[in-house]
Amino acid sequence: MATYKILIIDDEPGIREGTKRILQNFKVDYPFMDEQIDFQVLEAGTGKSGIEIIDRELPEILLLDNKLPDIQGVEVLEYVKSKHYDIIVVMITSYASLELAVKATRDGAFDFIPKPFTPQEIRASVENITKQIFLKRMTQTLNNTGKQIRFQFLSVLSHELKAPLNAIDGYMKMIKERQFGNSVDAYDEMLDRSMERIKGMRQLILDLLDLTKIETGKPTQKLETVNIRKIVQMAVDTIRPYAIQKDVDVYINSRESIDMKADPGEIEIIMNNLISNAVKYNRNGGRVDIFLEKKEDKLKITVSDTGIGLKQEDKEKIFDDFVRIKSSQTREVTGSGLGLSIVRKIVDMYQGSIDVQSEPDKGTSFVVTLIEPENNLLCHS
Amino acid sequence: MKKKILIVDDDMDYLFQMRLKVEQMGFETITAESQAEAEKVIMEIKPDLCILDLMMESDDSGFILSYKIKRKYPDVPVIIATAVTAETGMTFDVHADENTQWINADLFLDKGIRFDQLQREIKKLLKL
Repeated sequence: MATYKILIIDDEPGIREGTKRILQNFKVDYPFMDEQIDFQVLEAGTGKSGIEIIDRELPEILLLDNKLPDIQGVEVLEYVKSKHYDIIVVMITSYASLELAVKATRDGAFDFIPKPFTPQEIRASVENITKQIFLKRMTQTLNNTGKQIRFQFLSVLSHELKAPLNAIDGYMKMIKERQFGNSVDAYDEMLDRSMERIKGMRQLILDLLDLTKIETGKPTQKLETVNIRKIVQMAVDTIRPYAIQKDVDVYINSRESIDMKADPGEIEIIMNNLISNAVKYNRNGGRVDIFLEKKEDKLKITVSDTGIGLKQEDKEKIFDDFVRIKSSQTREVTGSGLGLSIVRKIVDMYQGSIDVQSEPDKGTSFVVTLIEPENNLLCHS
Repeated sequence: MKKKILIVDDDMDYLFQMRLKVEQMGFETITAESQAEAEKVIMEIKPDLCILDLMMESDDSGFILSYKIKRKYPDVPVIIATAVTAETGMTFDVHADENTQWINADLFLDKGIRFDQLQREIKKLLKL
């Protein structure tokens, strides 16, 4: 339960007492607010004592009479404005001249309540303001966490980009200084490693582009009817040279063509990532099986491999940004650690799910389910 | 007898390059590619000095490893080599009081350190 402070500045004790009674047991809730909000009512009889309370207590809401014995209500309003206090001010006034209304509004008054007011009027106004404050605070919190995540992402990203540069830089220096003599042969291994790191860096940049595309996705994106099997075939063809090199056979176990309303680019990203992982983390001479199945509006994609598998504790981590499972079996495999996190983001957009079954040294199966969007819009969160 | 230096880093290229540098300085090296592997190594061997990467299996692998090394061999100097400072703006100072309590390293070095600086720091810690 959160409590907002309300300060009422009015020279009439009756009004202050009445307001206090009206708001004492008043609570505001909102369908999506986790908690109710209630109020602590503070009071002041003059403008100056009101300002003292404002400075000391920083209330959320100020109910302000304009006609005060010492200074005018609008002067209190000006003070709040000059201090940049985050206070919502409601003017309570018995005669609202146009001039006063204009000035008060210009100085940031949120609402006017005519005097005399009914309990209902004051509750309605306070309820409105409370929701306003609540939403504003929630937005701020969300923005801050968003920024925090962004910052963490960028720190890790710069680490991931710098590591290969440092490695290549180190090798280049060794070669330039001819640390192992004048024969080029002595440097073969270093050149190979440098090229491997460049390859990794290129993959990282490509994955980042995919990620950017998803994150800045236009909410009004038009979907088209996509031949899923054709995209899978394309993805398999892309990975084929590498699969041959590793002696891994890739099978598509669905003959019929499957159509689905989707963004072809996104389906391609999913398939490329799942199939290339299945080849990369396979054993030499292993196999990859791809199954496609569509029932009503559900597309189920299964990619199984006979590779190194995943430990139970790693299964949950692999969908996070920049996570790569490090072991003696994966040290030679390059990857950005972004592929599966990208896949999961796309799957979320299709209100789908992704499951992983795996056994160390036996293999891994990824099962992706996508729901065909009802209309031509995708839900980009 | 040559002094033994344990180098731990999960970037195989950095590990290779660091090993070469340290061997050129005339030391013997032992390498490990993870915190877990290094923990096994120190059960068997007492190195004369350790150079640890900070982020390996977890973001604080270097700290944990350093703590474990110091608990087993309080007299073995530990250097944590990290690129973290330059990238995140996080700074550590092993000599600041509140840090010496929990960060059990003798020295933090930036990963881009020059050969001669590294050599000087290692010699200082080994009292050579």
